Amino acid sequence: MSDTSNRIDSARRAFLNKAGAAAGAAAIAPGVFLTTPAVARPADQPVSSEKRWGILVDTNKCASNCDACVTACKDENGWGSTEHHSSQEQQSQWIRKVEIRNRSTGFVATLPLMCQHCEHPPCVDVCPTGASFKRADGIVLVDKHICIGCRYCMMACPYKARSFIHEDLEDQLPWAPRGKGTVESCTLCVQRVDNDGTPACVEACSAENHNALVFGNLNDENSDISRELARAESIELRADLALNTGVRYRGI
Amino acid sequence: MTYAMVARRVSGLLLSALLLLPLAVSAEDAEAENLPFSDLTMTEPERHVSATEECVAPEAVMRRNHMKFILHQRDDTMHRGIRTRRYSLEECVNCHAAKNEQGEYIPVNAENQFCSSCHTYAAVNIDCFQCHATKPVRASRLNGRSASAAHPSGGPGNAPHPFLVSEGNAQ
Amino acid sequence: MKLAPNYREIEGKSTGFRVLLGGLGLLAALAFGAFLYMEHSGHYVTGMTNQIVWGMPHVFAIFLIVAASGALNVASIGTVFGKSLYKPLGRLSGLLAIALLLGGLMVLVLDLGHPDRLIVAMTYYNFKSIFAWNIILYNGFLAVTIVYLWFMMERKMNRYYRAAGTVAFVWRLILTTGTGSIFGWLVARSAYDMAMLAPMFIIMSFAFGLAIFILVLMAAYSWTGRPLGDAVLFRLKNLLGVFIAAVLYFVMVYHLSNLYATEHHGVERFILMDGGIYTQLFWIVQILIGSLLPLAMVYHPTIGKSRPAIATASLLVIIGGMAQVYVLLIGGQAYPLEIFPGYEVTSSFHDGVVNSYSPSIWEITLGVGGVAVALLVVTIAIRVLRFLPVSLADDAVDPHAAKAD
Ligand code: SF4
Ligand code: SF4
Repeated sequence: MSDTSNRIDSARRAFLNKAGAAAGAAAIAPGVFLTTPAVARPADQPVSSEKRWGILVDTNKCASNCDACVTACKDENGWGSTEHHSSQEQQSQWIRKVEIRNRSTGFVATLPLMCQHCEHPPCVDVCPTGASFKRADGIVLVDKHICIGCRYCMMACPYKARSFIHEDLEDQLPWAPRGKGTVESCTLCVQRVDNDGTPACVEACSAENHNALVFGNLNDENSDISRELARAESIELRADLALNTGVRYRGI
Repeated sequence: MTYAMVARRVSGLLLSALLLLPLAVSAEDAEAENLPFSDLTMTEPERHVSATEECVAPEAVMRRNHMKFILHQRDDTMHRGIRTRRYSLEECVNCHAAKNEQGEYIPVNAENQFCSSCHTYAAVNIDCFQCHATKPVRASRLNGRSASAAHPSGGPGNAPHPFLVSEGNAQ
Repeated sequence: MKLAPNYREIEGKSTGFRVLLGGLGLLAALAFGAFLYMEHSGHYVTGMTNQIVWGMPHVFAIFLIVAASGALNVASIGTVFGKSLYKPLGRLSGLLAIALLLGGLMVLVLDLGHPDRLIVAMTYYNFKSIFAWNIILYNGFLAVTIVYLWFMMERKMNRYYRAAGTVAFVWRLILTTGTGSIFGWLVARSAYDMAMLAPMFIIMSFAFGLAIFILVLMAAYSWTGRPLGDAVLFRLKNLLGVFIAAVLYFVMVYHLSNLYATEHHGVERFILMDGGIYTQLFWIVQILIGSLLPLAMVYHPTIGKSRPAIATASLLVIIGGMAQVYVLLIGGQAYPLEIFPGYEVTSSFHDGVVNSYSPSIWEITLGVGGVAVALLVVTIAIRVLRFLPVSLADDAVDPHAAKAD
């Protein structure tokens, strides 16, 4: 973050420092501090498999009446209230809050559900054109330039993480292109991650002081997320499918 | 592009060549000697072109090759996360979008604007703006927005980029 | 031995022929209009949603593609298995296969989010995708069948036609396996998570393809006044009976083995008992009207010999087949994904609820258009090329050879 900030006017830099501090504090369990400040990848260097990005969702901390992560995602990526003709069932949802209730015990939890950025993504396996793909750093994306809108990936995704755009859109955001006839899903805020940022949902959850989401590099054993995963149990959804998801859950 | 992508595309092309053989005959198109539009007189559109600043390449090169540049950049950014800005479509829009009398940006693909004026004339459909932003957003969004942590304009490894000088990019 | 059957183009001068052409052309034009409208507006005008992503067009497309492969069966029996009774029917069988596949592919392509990117679909291949393989299989099927037809129809090439027929036979088995595998690969969806689907699709293709073949054959011969003998027709309808029974058997095994696996109990209960429209379609249309009734009709000692009854039975098989694809495709999507086993789920994105789907008029029009295009291709082809034998009367089809096998 430090590497790019000197290129931005001072007002923005001031903001960045603040946001960075908040995110840092948020991501770490009490008493644990960020030890290795991320080194920015130069813009002309490709992403590599040295990193694998992931998110840990702690459902114990996820507040039932809060959807700050969803709102932040909409704001960051420009979905929600952009489709004026589509019915509610047809509108995109990159991330959603889900409430689950254990049938036998009655235990209730809420959690955000989005693309799990699988290591072995079924959506990528089935996509006929290769439009669904996994970057070297584990982020699963749709290349909308070559997506033909066949929706096979939506059939294949076990988490219903994907949406099809049912109508013409206007006023998209430059960092989150999206358009009619193609499929989209959570990008892990790739535009932020490529600049050493944190996904908007994670940032928003911290800003609300819930700190239910931890983002980081799963391949770095010193990252916040790796330590958290090592510290206590967590699961992947539909573990029976052995997709090795990048998003993991705790408390359910 | 990664090796896998190249391999996939090459094998795909071979296959499609087989399937589309009859159609392919007319596709061979000798490169014209003259630059496209070099002998063209057309009414100057209300497009935004700076009189003092240079584009990222000479105008003749851009006219001929802009689509190659952005196609290359598209695959690099999309699949490999390379985010240099020199040939980024967003920077095209940032620079070439004009403002109306009220000082609001006009979409670059609106009638008679930078992209559409030529493309309409050449009868070449632009597919970019079904998905991509048609107006500069980043600058305006950054001022009023609190949640935007990381959208720097520019980055290390960029070739000299005249547009960015005005944004205080000099280090 | 008898002489080789005498093939001739149909006359195609009657008013009936023109009405048929006009009607089919109109349906195709309407479908094209529906496509333009959906393409221009976006899919919000259709019944599809983010929960039911493959709708009515896919039901038609899959039905037609499956039937296409089965329609070639008649030719295969004649060529590969050497049953001479079927040999005169080979040309029509090949033609019908091509036509049905074209119709189905047309519907499939026109329902894409980006049909304008067909060239992308053909130049970027992901070889891991069974869908991409299907694109190759479909194109190959067209090519192989055209060569097969050509060898069949060109005397000089006749000696190779057995080889071509064998290639076509194998190819279409692979093709239908591929179509079935599209679903078999969707491990996340309980309804499709079955290796059984691929062989079931092959059997389904036999039944659907033969039913369409019988209808087209009867229509062509009665409308052109050419003789069609009982030997051919009864043989075909008996075969249809066998196929219907086979499909029934596979459907039974499919559901029984699903019931055996505990994780599939939910979806089985949904389809078989409380799935509302899907349960009704399954029991009433697919099983009762589409299987048991035609089965009884073709095997009934007297009804089974009446031509209207044979035609009706074929039609019922087609209706039952459409219902079967609908239940499998739409019903399978309507049943919620099990993301949290053991939990009740609610969300703003329709998690944990049965999704509803009501097809729009545009999707149905597009689907019907696919059928119309297929029939249009057949109608025009038999008008300009020699596909139909002048006579299929009993003495013309060499009953002795038929009996000998
Ligand atoms: S969660 Fe779904 S969309 Fe995301 S990578 Fe896995 S299969 Fe693909
Ligand atoms: S809808 Fe697009 S991304 Fe999804 S499988 Fe089809 S081509 Fe691939």
